[in-house]
Amino acid sequence: MAEVSVHNVTKRFGKFTALSDVSMEFPDGGFFALLGPSGSCKTTLLRTIAGFLFTDGGTIRIGQQVVDDIPVEKREIGLMFQNYALFPNMTVADNVGFGLRVRKVGASEERRRIGEALDLVQLGHLGDRKPHQLSGGQRQRVALARAIVTRPRVLLLDEPLSALDKSLRVDMQIELKRIQREIGITTIFVTHDQEEALTLSDKIGILREGRMIQSGPPRDVYNNPVDVFTAEFLGDANIIAGRGQGQRLERPQAGGILVPPGSDTASALAVRPESISISTFEPIQDGISKVNATLVQRMFAGAMSTCIAEGDGNTYKVIGRDLDIPEVALGQKVWLSWKAVHTIVIPGQ
Amino acid sequence: MSGLLLARLGKIWLFCILVFLYAPILVMAFMSFNASQYYQLPFEFSLKWYEKLAGNAEILDAATRSILIALVTTVIATVLGTAASVALFRFEFRGKRFLQVMLFPPIAIPWLITGTAMLIFFYGIGLGRGTPSVIIGHVALAIPYVIVVVSARLATFDHTLEEAARSMGASGWTVTRRVTMPWIAPGIIAGALFAFAVSFDQFVVSYFLSEPGDSTLPVLIYTSIRKGFTPEINAISTIIITVSMVVMLIAARFSNFGGER
Repeated sequence: MAEVSVHNVTKRFGKFTALSDVSMEFPDGGFFALLGPSGSCKTTLLRTIAGFLFTDGGTIRIGQQVVDDIPVEKREIGLMFQNYALFPNMTVADNVGFGLRVRKVGASEERRRIGEALDLVQLGHLGDRKPHQLSGGQRQRVALARAIVTRPRVLLLDEPLSALDKSLRVDMQIELKRIQREIGITTIFVTHDQEEALTLSDKIGILREGRMIQSGPPRDVYNNPVDVFTAEFLGDANIIAGRGQGQRLERPQAGGILVPPGSDTASALAVRPESISISTFEPIQDGISKVNATLVQRMFAGAMSTCIAEGDGNTYKVIGRDLDIPEVALGQKVWLSWKAVHTIVIPGQ
Repeated sequence: MSGLLLARLGKIWLFCILVFLYAPILVMAFMSFNASQYYQLPFEFSLKWYEKLAGNAEILDAATRSILIALVTTVIATVLGTAASVALFRFEFRGKRFLQVMLFPPIAIPWLITGTAMLIFFYGIGLGRGTPSVIIGHVALAIPYVIVVVSARLATFDHTLEEAARSMGASGWTVTRRVTMPWIAPGIIAGALFAFAVSFDQFVVSYFLSEPGDSTLPVLIYTSIRKGFTPEINAISTIIITVSMVVMLIAARFSNFGGER
């Protein structure tokens, strides 16, 4: 096990700069997500850490070792692919044992460790099967067992769960987290699924067009996005553009939107849909932001409902418990309100 | 109703094509078992042409030579062709596209022209005619076939398998031996069979490049037909056709040639 450090890494493909000046620390034993939309080069970063690609600048360390010139086969990493990449001509046990055979650990040691790894992923009884005889979830587990059996320093996962259907995915998330805790391996995984990133990781890094926009614990990044992109990408956000730009923000608009005390200049304000309440009468409490708006849409989704309201030149999305939202006909006026602390201040550039 | 009619017509059409392809061969095979030297009917079963063939050292020598040349060609062409396919699959390099395109003309250029060119070339470099020239010529003809067949198989190979193997610590050679090779093995076998067939059935290039007295079987058959036709030729041809067909059927099985079963 080891910590991983990515320091000012740059990677170019011809004239295209895939990664520019990316830095992120991955402390020992943590679970980390690299999150970004497609084209953010998050997979490129993972492949650079893995050693399939070499950096054009900057330094990558695994443990104390600078690995910039070390190819993938010497980096002692475990890797799990989106399509699992199980060897179709080998049994489950031979797949898992591949890395051990390459290392020539000896037959009895090899058998013991294959057994251990398969037990860890709860597939001890399927060692003799071929990959094509397994379900998607089982293949996933074999791929995981194969990635950790050599006791690598780091486990790298490339969109590990994206090929599974929703319910299986949630099961595997829990399973993945359990196994990661059990063996305490530093794990870095790439995903475009923000929910997955928020649920699983101790720290997330948000990438956009090859730049690390923000990194930190999920709650910090969610509550304090550094820019409009992050605010909208991670969770939903109503962006209230242009308000209070370059000025003190105690009360950007009389009777309108309040910001948390002590906020500095902002380039934009944002509010999460789940922070907003809807009422038919004007709220009178102190310390809340309020907007008079017209209800345009209401979508029922079981426990929760989503409403769209327009007011004050903005469109607001509101998500709340269905029973908390008053019965109002579409086109009627409503009041939207939220606490001052729930106004997200996106720092000025 | 018309669909059924069409299906029936299609079957008749297919049958006609098969008759067109196989009738002459069947007649020849049939006649190799006929006692009469002049193809006289009624048919009288006899193995005498096969017996005569067994005593004909010239034909048997040529057959042995043909098989040996075909085997050597197969080994060389398969090794070189497979290595080339893997390189074309794995690496990006300048001129790769050009190289790939240039693999196809040798298949399309008439063998007569290739043969003439080779003959001039081998005399030019001082190698002249003889078995080494024949083998080099056959290898050159067979390589494109091997590359086409092996590359087709490689195209279905998931290259993340190689990456997975490397991430587990396997070096380049181990990856090739343990992961890539097992996957493309059917392609290699099919390619080898094609190479064997190309060499064994080769007439034009062999005729140009072999020395008199060192003929391959097809060349010998051609020269003996010119001297006077004997049913011994039918007998040896029947054997060759049977062997070739078995080889091609095995190749077809390995390469999914002619569609999935």
